[in-house]
Amino acid sequence: MSDTTPSAEMLADMYALAVRARKLDERCWILHRQGKIGFHISGMGHEAAQVAVTFAMRRGHDLLHPYYRDLAMVLGCGMPMADVLLGSFGRAGDPSSGGRQMPNHYCYKPGNVFSVSSPVGTQLPQAAGLALAEQLRGGDRVVVTCIGEGSTSEGDFHEALIWAGVRKLPMVVVVENNEYAISVPMKLQMAIERVSDRAGGYGVRGVSVDGLDLLASYQAAREAVDLARSGGGTTLLEVRVARLTPHSSDDNDSVYRPAAEKAALKLKDPLPKLRAQLIAMGALSEVAAREIEERALSEVDAAHRQAEAAPYPPEAWALGPVFAGEEA
Amino acid sequence: MADKTLIEGIREALDEEMARDERVIVIGTDIGVRGGVFLATQGLYAKYGPNRILDAPLAESSIVGVGIGAAMNGLRPVCEIQFADFIHPAYNQIANEAARMFYRTGGQYPVPMVIRAPYGGGVGGGLYHSQSIEATFAHVPGLKVVIPATPADAKGLLKTAIRDNNPTLFLEPKKGYRMIRGPIPEDQGCVPFGEARVSRPGRDLTVLAYGMMHFYALQAAESAAKEGLDVEVVDLRTLNPLDSAGVLASVRRTGKALIAYEDNKFVGYGAELAAQIAEDAFTALDAPLLRVAAPDAPAAPYSHPLQDAFLPGPRAILDGIRTLARY
Repeated sequence: MSDTTPSAEMLADMYALAVRARKLDERCWILHRQGKIGFHISGMGHEAAQVAVTFAMRRGHDLLHPYYRDLAMVLGCGMPMADVLLGSFGRAGDPSSGGRQMPNHYCYKPGNVFSVSSPVGTQLPQAAGLALAEQLRGGDRVVVTCIGEGSTSEGDFHEALIWAGVRKLPMVVVVENNEYAISVPMKLQMAIERVSDRAGGYGVRGVSVDGLDLLASYQAAREAVDLARSGGGTTLLEVRVARLTPHSSDDNDSVYRPAAEKAALKLKDPLPKLRAQLIAMGALSEVAAREIEERALSEVDAAHRQAEAAPYPPEAWALGPVFAGEEA
Repeated sequence: MADKTLIEGIREALDEEMARDERVIVIGTDIGVRGGVFLATQGLYAKYGPNRILDAPLAESSIVGVGIGAAMNGLRPVCEIQFADFIHPAYNQIANEAARMFYRTGGQYPVPMVIRAPYGGGVGGGLYHSQSIEATFAHVPGLKVVIPATPADAKGLLKTAIRDNNPTLFLEPKKGYRMIRGPIPEDQGCVPFGEARVSRPGRDLTVLAYGMMHFYALQAAESAAKEGLDVEVVDLRTLNPLDSAGVLASVRRTGKALIAYEDNKFVGYGAELAAQIAEDAFTALDAPLLRVAAPDAPAAPYSHPLQDAFLPGPRAILDGIRTLARY
């Protein structure tokens, strides 16, 4: 394995991406509580792992089939903040779906980001198909797909991993394990300690890593991506993360999450830890960190203004396009 | 020109399209060395190899889901579901994913994919090797649904489906695979979607049918001719898009319509035909619409007397023709 230690410059870029995702996420919650957007589903607590995976990819070259919490990943693959918010506001310029899908159902073709669905797990066989096509044509692009641990109970997850194992597909399946499927805790979802324990059953490599630790996650993700690119097949990469928020803007987690557990969540927040770690390593100065944070907030402000002022889609967009044209 | 079978039409279309376009791959169970349980892909594995003819794990949702991914990454997969009865685990990938992908991405991601499945009864297949599933899928926006009734159409329509940039469910009347014979022109090209075919012109009444029921409708019309009834038979060919204009034109000419389908009657595809005729050709009707279809029971059963009692065939259509003619 090549030396995968990130440079100081790269570490600063990683921190910047995590902060951008967090600030944008926070703004979405505010906009929802103000009644300005109809829905939000959050990636808070997942950012370190998502940034790590994103930086392990050849962004713009590799393919990403994400799920709805992957805000940091889609930003990392080049989706502008304003484009995310155009989706939240349901505006015509929303590149994911032109205002057709609910917010956070990302699609960003310029960054090779495929369309997120609401029925969970459907992206897994599709990602296997993306990887199969890549393998059949002898391409070198790796497919990264993400899924929550709750969705690993879906049949599509198992079916896709069977393909991945049998055909040694160039794929990384990232399971973002935040220990809750809306309200159902992990112990009622699976009788194993780690999702990666399942890997052997499919004949793929399984790895679990502390997804709150960006550096550890990056090493694991980089190995998985490099292995996939070199013909070594699929890795089932479980990143253990924390869901710092309710499931979505429409959920109240106080009903099912013990107060003590909720209070302890703050200590799990990966961002303050990352900030302190990078400053201690000398990869980031206090001043540089603050600059990154201020710049991210300005970017959010500008994106917010732009998206809120943007026009709605024309009514005709409700009706189509349903079918593609006949050009073969 | 020597007659060929419907399954030969399917095989020729696959072969020619694979030769024409290297992006075309076939995914399914038992389609490789085995050549498919109905031999639709016989000889293709030897000709095109394991990178074009891919035997899949026995997992229908993934056969379609993997096809969607491959289609979004530059290939043109033809996915085979071994029997239409087994397509239901893939419903989510077909209806929620393949059919909605183009709309939900505002036209950025077409899904050029064909899902082939043998359907229909009469082969002693019991409840789970006999189903007609077309109504369920014709209801889904964004999905084309095609059912050939002749060997030439099997070839021409499948070619069109493979070249189409949308997901197409291609349902093949399995009882007719070797029973339905006919010429396939050497230069058989694409048969366009949305163009119904008047396979037998007539003046007294119209029988609307597709697949195996079209085969039976021709037999019934022949019998009716001996009784002095001049029956027109229309083969729909494609259920979505439906050639509404073609259907209405025939019904307006004859003034009477019998709708024959092998699926159970309630909320079947014939209900849509009946509704369109009632909406748009009401004043042209000289008789109430008549539907000949299977009973609303979850069969067809295996035992021969039960199967015969269950499935509509030429006799049921002929009875319907007589009833309509008397009106």
